Amino acid sequence: MNKFLGSALLGALSVIAVSSVANAATYDLSVDYVTIDTGEMKTKAIGYNGSSPGPTLRLREGEEAVINVTNNLDESTSIHWHGLILPYQMDGVPEISFPGIAPGETFTYRIPVSQSGTYWFHSHSGFQEPDGAYGSIIIEPKKREPFKFDREYVVVLKDKHPHSGARILRNLKMMPDYYNRNQRTLGDFISDVSENGFGATLSERGDWGSMRMMPTDIEDVQGFVGLINGKSPEQNWTGLFKANERVRLRFINASAMTYFDVRIPGLEMTVVQADGNNVQPVKVDEFRISVAETYDVIVQPTAEKPYAIMAESMGRSGYAFGSLSPQEGLKAEMPARRMDAPLLTMADMGMDHGSMAGMDHSSMGSGNENGMAGMDHSNMAGMDHSQMGMSKDDPFYAAGSGLTPKAANGGKFLSYADLKAQKPLYPERPATREIELRLTGNMERYTWSINGVKYEDAEPIRLKYGERVRFKFVNETMMSHPMHLHGMWSILDTGNGKWDPVKHTININPGMTVYSETEVDAPGQWAFHCHLSYHMASGMFRKVVVEGGPAVAALENGVQ
Amino acid sequence: MKTLTLAAIGGGVLSTILSFSFTAKADNHIFYGIQMEQFEYRSGDEGENLFVWDGDAFVGTDELKLRWQGEGERDLKNDLYENFENRLVLQTPISDFFDAKAGIRLDTPSTTDRWYGTVGIMGLAPQWFEVDADLFVSETGDGSARLDVEYEGLLTNRLILTPSLELNAAFSDDREIEVGRGFSSAEIGLRLSYDLIDRAVAPYIGVAYERKLGKTADFAKDDGEDYEATYLVTGLRLLF
Repeated sequence: MNKFLGSALLGALSVIAVSSVANAATYDLSVDYVTIDTGEMKTKAIGYNGSSPGPTLRLREGEEAVINVTNNLDESTSIHWHGLILPYQMDGVPEISFPGIAPGETFTYRIPVSQSGTYWFHSHSGFQEPDGAYGSIIIEPKKREPFKFDREYVVVLKDKHPHSGARILRNLKMMPDYYNRNQRTLGDFISDVSENGFGATLSERGDWGSMRMMPTDIEDVQGFVGLINGKSPEQNWTGLFKANERVRLRFINASAMTYFDVRIPGLEMTVVQADGNNVQPVKVDEFRISVAETYDVIVQPTAEKPYAIMAESMGRSGYAFGSLSPQEGLKAEMPARRMDAPLLTMADMGMDHGSMAGMDHSSMGSGNENGMAGMDHSNMAGMDHSQMGMSKDDPFYAAGSGLTPKAANGGKFLSYADLKAQKPLYPERPATREIELRLTGNMERYTWSINGVKYEDAEPIRLKYGERVRFKFVNETMMSHPMHLHGMWSILDTGNGKWDPVKHTININPGMTVYSETEVDAPGQWAFHCHLSYHMASGMFRKVVVEGGPAVAALENGVQ
Repeated sequence: MKTLTLAAIGGGVLSTILSFSFTAKADNHIFYGIQMEQFEYRSGDEGENLFVWDGDAFVGTDELKLRWQGEGERDLKNDLYENFENRLVLQTPISDFFDAKAGIRLDTPSTTDRWYGTVGIMGLAPQWFEVDADLFVSETGDGSARLDVEYEGLLTNRLILTPSLELNAAFSDDREIEVGRGFSSAEIGLRLSYDLIDRAVAPYIGVAYERKLGKTADFAKDDGEDYEATYLVTGLRLLF
């Protein structure tokens, strides 16, 4: 009954909306069972309009997008429009925005499109997104963009795993290192002994063993095939170009769990957009894209030859590959994979290494935190000392972190610190208050939480409409977490004041504290979570309630 | 009679676990798993032929799990169960790495049956030792304790060498089941496994040495039975 009332009210509102919006455009999406064939494996999957990935939705800024979503599954589904600013009832999170879309039902999303750029959409139900329910969104801007390009491609990255999402989480709960095949072995022990001596190696192993943590614990879910636009490396997705054309590549990381380091050997990439918002152009040789982020880059290939798009996973356990080519069928030569799988260091464990520039480990004993007293720092054989204390280090990684990226060609690797908004979206003003969110978890139990509390046990985060809240993310785990706030922008504090970039997903590396600010300008209730599928499903998730603001009360009651 | 009891217990455990896992479909916060650490044929130095298993299954949430633990030893030459043990416990986290558990245990070997109440802890000790420590009180009022320790040594990421130790102690004599006060028995094993299919199926070979200790060994000697044995083992480690 309530549902009927809800749709009636929704219908009533849409009539008003349609009359007030210059033009409405209708799109149809069906949610279907599909097969994903990577060449090596065929898996049952979920897709849109008969395929995974789903289509690229091309919306226009200023229109009202009317999107009819028909659920052909025998389970409930939903679509979340990742990064879109919209009424909360259209945000597509079951139990927070709406009840979900029942089997056989069609739900009509009505989105007043008020932004432009590269975004994506995915299911927010169960493990449908890791199972293939994702697609891309391009929103054409009303005004001319501050950069030029001759052609464009969406480049959607995905870590397709042979196991279903539900099975993956169950396996992780049974055995947290179920998928970690990069663990240190007897061979590594022997080579470390020959390099660093027996005592040092034993003591280093002892340090990790006493914490019951693994320095190789970077990718929870290995064994995937990296896909570009649904194509495996072998199937070689190819984007065509003519020499000297400017090609805009809209990178979207639609992975369940995997960060990718992206490069196009031989081409400099100019980053012009991050998470759909224009940034002041930065020329880079390589960038790391966290799960759920988007980066738009422009490349200008001058030679009539194919170029490789190489996306190696952060932990080096997998990769995606495709070609930019002057002609169909001409495959780029795949660059050699870097086999230097990173190792986490004690810096990633949240120890305060702010004063480590001098690298005098022997004097660090007193600075210990987190119950690590008694560790012998003079014997930290596994640490990569060469990276430490260098002034060029990315400030968004703990000093001495094993995860700090380096460009394959030794050149420029994009940092969050390089991102500056092209045009500030909001006037600068001090935040009204700060909310601390400690990112917490227990790897051995595979439980993930915020401030030590899982979603099902947590109170919602309550924000006041009109305030500007400052989030302080403190990562107390050994993994990176891409935190995604729905419905409102996250202004990432890079220390650039009003030029701080505006994002929808903020990555927080191990051992780091990162701040973002949000202008609370969207009433209703929203999801806020780590975008790693199995962290989110395990409890690293919060509901955000925005109190006050323009009346959406009628709808609010209707949807309830 | 014995078979009936066993079937009843087995059926009960299985149906409880299954009914839990069916509810699990609706709610993805409930998980389940089944594993066999040992599922093996043992060939002894004095011509013994045994089939031995040691496994567990669970269903539940992060906070509360129902766990079945079972182990047994079938003497293939004499067609009898040297040991047949089933435990059903409830388990809950008590620290970052350890769970407490409490429940019941029923032993139904070919000789004498025993009911026990049990409490224990299981988890991961520093330096990656998997530990399971339990206390038991039998229906005759006899107390006993058991410690299980296992370590997985990675020769490669798939070839794994697993030393294990099981140590039993009794707080009083229970002549009927041939257990004497003090340390009663120990078993050490060394198994070399290869992860053939994910973590699900891992064939292994190894050795196991089993020995009755103290008074328990004396009881065995009095009865003219062996009190120690060495085996070559071949089996499968399973995880589903």
